[in-house]
Amino acid sequence: MKHDIVLAGVGGQGILSIATILGAAALKEGLHLKQAEVHGMSQRGGDVQSNLRLSSEAIASDLIPLGGADLIVSLEPMEALRYLPYLSKEGWIVTNTTPFINIDNYPDMADIEAELAAQGRVIAFDMDALAKEVASARSSNMVLLGAASPMIEIASEKIEDGIRNVFGAKGEKIVEANIAAYRAGREYAEKIIKEKKQTV
Amino acid sequence: MKTKRLLLGDEALALGALNGGLSGAYAYPGTPSTEILEYIQSAPLTKERSIHSHWSSNEKTAVEEALGMSFCGKRAIVSMKHVGLNVAADPFVNSGMTGANGGLLVIAADDPSMHSSQNEQDSRFYADFAMIPVLEPSDQQEAYDMARYGFELSERHSIPVMVRLVTRLSHSRAVVETDDEPLPENTLHYPAQPRQWVLMPAISRERNKRLVADYEKLGEESSESPFNRYVDGEDHSMGIVASGLAWNYLMEACGGKCRFPVVKVSQYPLPKKLINRLFDECETVLVLEEGQPFIEKQLRGVLDRTGRIFGKLSGQVVRTGELTPDEVRMALHKVKADIAETAPVDPKAPSQIVKPRPPALCQGCGHRDVYHALNDVLAEYKNPRVFGDIGCYTLGFLSPFNAIDTCVDMGASITMAKGAADAGQHPAVAIIGDSTFTHSGMTGLLDAVNENSNILVIISDNLTTGMTGGQDSQGTGKLEAICEGLGVDPAHLHTIDSLPKNHDEMMRIFREGIDYPGLSVVISRRECIQTARRHASAKAKAAQK
Repeated sequence: MKHDIVLAGVGGQGILSIATILGAAALKEGLHLKQAEVHGMSQRGGDVQSNLRLSSEAIASDLIPLGGADLIVSLEPMEALRYLPYLSKEGWIVTNTTPFINIDNYPDMADIEAELAAQGRVIAFDMDALAKEVASARSSNMVLLGAASPMIEIASEKIEDGIRNVFGAKGEKIVEANIAAYRAGREYAEKIIKEKKQTV
Repeated sequence: MKTKRLLLGDEALALGALNGGLSGAYAYPGTPSTEILEYIQSAPLTKERSIHSHWSSNEKTAVEEALGMSFCGKRAIVSMKHVGLNVAADPFVNSGMTGANGGLLVIAADDPSMHSSQNEQDSRFYADFAMIPVLEPSDQQEAYDMARYGFELSERHSIPVMVRLVTRLSHSRAVVETDDEPLPENTLHYPAQPRQWVLMPAISRERNKRLVADYEKLGEESSESPFNRYVDGEDHSMGIVASGLAWNYLMEACGGKCRFPVVKVSQYPLPKKLINRLFDECETVLVLEEGQPFIEKQLRGVLDRTGRIFGKLSGQVVRTGELTPDEVRMALHKVKADIAETAPVDPKAPSQIVKPRPPALCQGCGHRDVYHALNDVLAEYKNPRVFGDIGCYTLGFLSPFNAIDTCVDMGASITMAKGAADAGQHPAVAIIGDSTFTHSGMTGLLDAVNENSNILVIISDNLTTGMTGGQDSQGTGKLEAICEGLGVDPAHLHTIDSLPKNHDEMMRIFREGIDYPGLSVVISRRECIQTARRHASAKAKAAQK
């Protein structure tokens, strides 16, 4: 088993909590793991990414080679496209479609949607809206984690344990909201995957 | 017993030091080294044993404090980013001369690719001319293991040991096997060679000879180091020297088993015996190293005309920026085009519509209000120049502010503004953060006081070290007293809250400072929005309980 995942987003959006949860779950499963993060200057509203590598075998490099990623998991649609050269030809993109616009020359959403659609293996939906519906807008990163989870061979309960660990200190209510967001994302993605598998 | 933990490279090294009998950790925050001291500050053992873990004012004071602890026989670490070693260069180089008593690790975290730095200097060069051995971990487990090993090496040879990290290791997590039982701390004991700690010329001359001899011995020991090894391969048409992270990228490129013999280097001085064997047994040698061509220069020298050495200097390996698995793969392909496993890959094309998204000052950040007011005032003058410094406020260079003309090194705002004023520049404005001011701005301000230089110094005080994530700032609550103590005229020292409602008042005192033909200092103050949020939620949590 091997999963090379590029996590993408904008500084402050919460991609590192996704990495932390998957990391805790992978550690419990006895998997090998390497996860390269970005700290410092680039965190201030700039583009951020993290390379997360999970494997049943030892992992050499902390970075994913070009064309090697099985998954791009992004909290922001333009950021999902930034790492295309890292995605393998068979790889999937799972992304939120709500744009984070803090630059003047942000591209046209229709162009982003078209380019995403052209990639084929894509799960893209408004994760902010789904998060608001089942929990709160702040849980959109857990919707994203849920949406990516069917592609990752770690038992869903183990990931939920990871969510409990990460949010445990903030109280039961917040844990439950995040788990609800995670489950909603997972359910939504499973539906899309079923449809796509018939066509792709 | 051992426990598996998920740790950043920084954290693995920190925990290794804690479990290796650490008594004191010293540091000034700097990406990518900050998490080392942060980890130690939050570790239960630190509290239990009262291990020193307070931030220092700068890297020089940090190294000297750690050296003082080592003098007393206890184990100490001091951590900094690569450019921090420039600030600490004086005590660092001279600590080679004094030597160490308690194990002393000087951790320098280099930042190839300049993710959050102003240059790509390679700390191994410093260690070489200071004749101090270097450990360069290739993964998180080695970072953990090298702490204890480094303390022992340091004590065995009575010499400080540099641990060289790079961003990709510092900020990457992996599973690390850690010890459950920490070693006891050393007891207080004094150096066996006390004269050596008084670096007067007569003593230093004598010591220097022994240092040179010791460095030779350390080089011999490198070939026996558990972290250096010769891994044979079946194809001797090429040999590879791979140091630190380059080893991992090489293993990635060749699927875990390299067909060429490889010398893995993670301890310096270079293991000459292993490298000589490689050169004897292989037709050519490719050098893979993260950072500047430190190893390659030593192998090549000036007189090498064999054409057998490949690396950054001969163009097969990228000369700037960090290594990646793809760069290493390409380097192998450039030297050996006929190897199938390193044939070029054909990745997806990059998107043509994606735009750069540079970092920016947070919404609600006080530095924004300072720049708004400053820009509005400076519009009234011809040819103003603003000398910036290192911190979040360096982002004031970018749109929409475009507010600073220089950013060089910690503290250079005040001194460069002074030099510009000496040259006849007016207005000359320096903008510096509170933590950078106490790090390296105070001495420059004294120069400006002594000559009553015609400059305006703005200390944009956000009560923290912001860019590195909000560490305690050593000048908090003391800035006015420090300025007055240095001799700033109280009539030209003002404090104001950096708030939108104070825009006009800020403009007025900035203007007054520029128009006064001498030194003016304005402290504009507002807590960092990030730490303010953290403090508010901690307060709310405390109230709930």
